Amino acid sequence: MSPINLNRAHMPEQEPNIRAHNFAEVNTGLTPELAKQEAARCLFCKKPTCIEGCPVHINIPHFIQAILEDHPDEAVRRIRVDNSLPAICGRVCPQETQCEEKCVLAKKGAPIAIGALERFVGDHAIRACILPDMSNVRANGRKIAIIGSGPSGLTCAGELIKFGYAVTVFEALHELGGVLSYGIPEFRLPKEMIVKCEIDTLKNMGVQFVPNAVIGKIHTIPELQDMGYDAIYIATGAGYPTFMNIPGEDLNYVYSANEFLTRVNLMQAFKGDQSATPIYIGKRVAVIGGGNTALDSARSALRLGAEKVYIVYRRSEAEMPGRAEEIKHAKEEGIDFQLLTLPLEYLSHPNGSVRAMRCIRMELAEPDASGRRKPVPIAGSEFEFQIDSAVVAIGTQANPIIAATTPGLETNKWGYITANESGETNLKNVFAGGDIVSGSATVILAMGAGRTAAGQIHESLNSAK
Amino acid sequence: MFDLLTKHLIAPNVWRYSIRAPEIAVKRQAGHFVILRPAANSERIPLTIVASDPAAGTLDIIFQVVGATTRELAALPEGGAIHDIAGPLGHPTHIEKFGTAVMVGGGVGIAPLLPIAQAFKQKGNRVITILGGRSQDFLILENDLKPVSDELFIATDDGSRGQKGLVTDVLKTIISKEKIDIIVAIGPVVMMKAVAELTRPQGIKTMVSLNPLMIDGTGMCGVCRCKVAGKTKFACVDGPEFDGHQVDFDSLKRRLSMFKDEEKKRMEAGN
Repeated sequence: MSPINLNRAHMPEQEPNIRAHNFAEVNTGLTPELAKQEAARCLFCKKPTCIEGCPVHINIPHFIQAILEDHPDEAVRRIRVDNSLPAICGRVCPQETQCEEKCVLAKKGAPIAIGALERFVGDHAIRACILPDMSNVRANGRKIAIIGSGPSGLTCAGELIKFGYAVTVFEALHELGGVLSYGIPEFRLPKEMIVKCEIDTLKNMGVQFVPNAVIGKIHTIPELQDMGYDAIYIATGAGYPTFMNIPGEDLNYVYSANEFLTRVNLMQAFKGDQSATPIYIGKRVAVIGGGNTALDSARSALRLGAEKVYIVYRRSEAEMPGRAEEIKHAKEEGIDFQLLTLPLEYLSHPNGSVRAMRCIRMELAEPDASGRRKPVPIAGSEFEFQIDSAVVAIGTQANPIIAATTPGLETNKWGYITANESGETNLKNVFAGGDIVSGSATVILAMGAGRTAAGQIHESLNSAK
Repeated sequence: MFDLLTKHLIAPNVWRYSIRAPEIAVKRQAGHFVILRPAANSERIPLTIVASDPAAGTLDIIFQVVGATTRELAALPEGGAIHDIAGPLGHPTHIEKFGTAVMVGGGVGIAPLLPIAQAFKQKGNRVITILGGRSQDFLILENDLKPVSDELFIATDDGSRGQKGLVTDVLKTIISKEKIDIIVAIGPVVMMKAVAELTRPQGIKTMVSLNPLMIDGTGMCGVCRCKVAGKTKFACVDGPEFDGHQVDFDSLKRRLSMFKDEEKKRMEAGN
C-alpha cells in the first residue's frame, strides 16, 4: 500500500487584486493532471464515509476511480446516477461541512478535494457535450408539474424524466435557474457556460420549461390538477426578502440583497452600460448580514467599482453562516468586516438617498436558541459612518403566492409549506421541497429534497395504481 | 413571445396595445397588472391592463413613454412581438356593492381605472367618474367610461376641457353634496395623495393603486416596498391597491425617483 499523501490539490484561482475588478470566475478549475493527482490520493475506503456526508449520496469513490483511470466520460456517467447538476454542485456546495468533512483524510487535515473533482467532472460533461443516455427510458404517459426552476425543481425534473414521466417546469421569471440565475453571482457560478448548459442537458433529456409563469396567478395548483398533471412538486424557494424595520430602510439605494443581486445577475447590470437595468452603488457600500448572500453582495459591489465595501454583522466571525472559503476570498479582496456591529438607522441626504448609517457595537453573551452566543449591545457605543448605498442581506421568508391560492394547503406559522421527509404535503399528489419547506438553506439541500421527492412521487403514483 | 396585434396612439406619447396572450386574458381581473420585457435584453417593467378578451385571447395595455424601456416598447411594430409577459400579477380589486362609488383617474392612471369602474358598475354601484389631465389632448378613455358612469366630470389644468383645475376640486364639490361610500383614485402620486388628504377628515374609504418601481413583480426583490400604516408592504404581492389614508406617499414619490439620473443617461445614449 502506498503511503498516505496529504498534499491536497489546490484549485488555481485568480489573484485577489485582479479578480476584485472583474466578474470572471474566481476559481479556475483543476487541470486534468491536477485532477488525476488528487484522485490518486483517494484511499477508496471499503465503507466510504464521504458518501454519508453528501445530501444526495453521490457514490464519490466510484467517480473518483474513473478520473484516476483516465475515463472522464465514465466519471460523468457515474456521477449523474445521483446528481444531475455536477458542475453547479462542484462550485457552490459547502463540501467542507459535508463530504469532505467526512473524508477519513480530513482528520489529517487534508481531505480529498471532492468538490473540485466533482466540478472537474461536471465541466468535462459540458465541454465534451456528454448527454445522459435516455435510450432505455420509456414514456409512462403521466404528467408532472414542477413549480420553480431552481436547484430543487431542476433536480426533481432530472430524476422524474428518467422514470419516463412527461415533466413540465414552470418558472415565474423570464430566465430559468431560480437562485442559480438571479442570486449567485457570475464570479462563483457562470451563467452562460454552466447554469444554461446544465439546464440545456435537462431540455435534451425531454424536460419542458415554461418561463414567465407565476403559479398561483396564471394557473393555481388545483387548475394544474385539472389540466391533467398527476403530481405537482412545489419548489418555489424562499425568495421573499426580510428587512430589519429600522428607520431609513426605505431610503433610496438601500437594497434588499435579492434586489441588488437580481439587478446585477439576472438583469446583467454587471455589464455596465450594456445592461438596460440600472444599478447605483456609489463609492461606499455597506452590506448587512453574515451569510453567503451577504458575501456575494459585498464582493459584487467591489467588482462594480465600489472603493470601500463593508460587511456589517452583529455577531463575530465564528458565528458567520457564510462558507469559510467565501469569507477568506472576501477578506483577500479587501472587504472590510465590521463584526459585532448592529445597524440602528439609515440617515438621509435631503434628496432622500442614503448618506450614512448609525450602528452600535455588540458583545457576545450566553448562547441563544440557535446555540450561537447571543450578541448584546454595548451601551454608549453608537457610531456613524458614511455610505452611498446599502444591501440588506439578513435572510428571506416564504413567498405567500402559492399558499394563498391553494385551498387547504398546510403551512407553518412562518408561511413555509408543511411537508414530510419524503416531500409529501397534506394534499394528495402535491409535494414540496427545498427552501419553501425548510426555510433558507443551501443549493445541495434543496437538490436533495428534489431528489427525495422525485422518488416519493414515483412511488406514490405507482402504488396508487 | 407575445404577438403585438394592434397599436394606437391615444394621446401624446400614450399608446394602447392589443397583445395576443390567451392565458393571461382568461385569468385577468380588474386591478391586476403585468410585468413585461419588450426584447431579450430589456428591463422588466410593470404595466397596467386596461382590458382583455378571453374569447379572442387578447390583452390590452396602455402605457406612456417615460423612459428607455417604454420607448423601446413604443418602437415595436404591429405584427412584432413582446419577448416576455408575466401575469396577471397583484391582487384583483375588491369589488362589492358599496352604494355610491367615485372613480378618480389622472393621466394614464385612467387606464387601470376603467376595468375597476366597469366592475363596480356591474356590481350595482352608482358610479361617479372624475377624469383629470393636463389638457384635452391628454384625456383618455372618456368614451369607454361614459357608459359605466352615472355621472362623469372632467378637470384639466388649462381648462381646455371640462372644469379648469384639479380633480380634487371636483371631488370636493361632490363630497359636499352627497354621501360617498368608496373612492378609488389612480393617477400621479401627488393626485392620489391630494385625494387621500381630502377624504381623510370625512373618513371616506379611499383606495389607491400604487405604481412603484418593480423588477420581478412576484415578491422576490422588494424594490416595490411601500410604507402602509407604518409597515413595509410589497406593492406587487400585497397590493397594488392599498387604503389611501394609510399610505406614505412621500416615501413612494422619493423611491420613484431612485434611478432618474441613470434613466436620463440611458435616454440620452439612445438618441
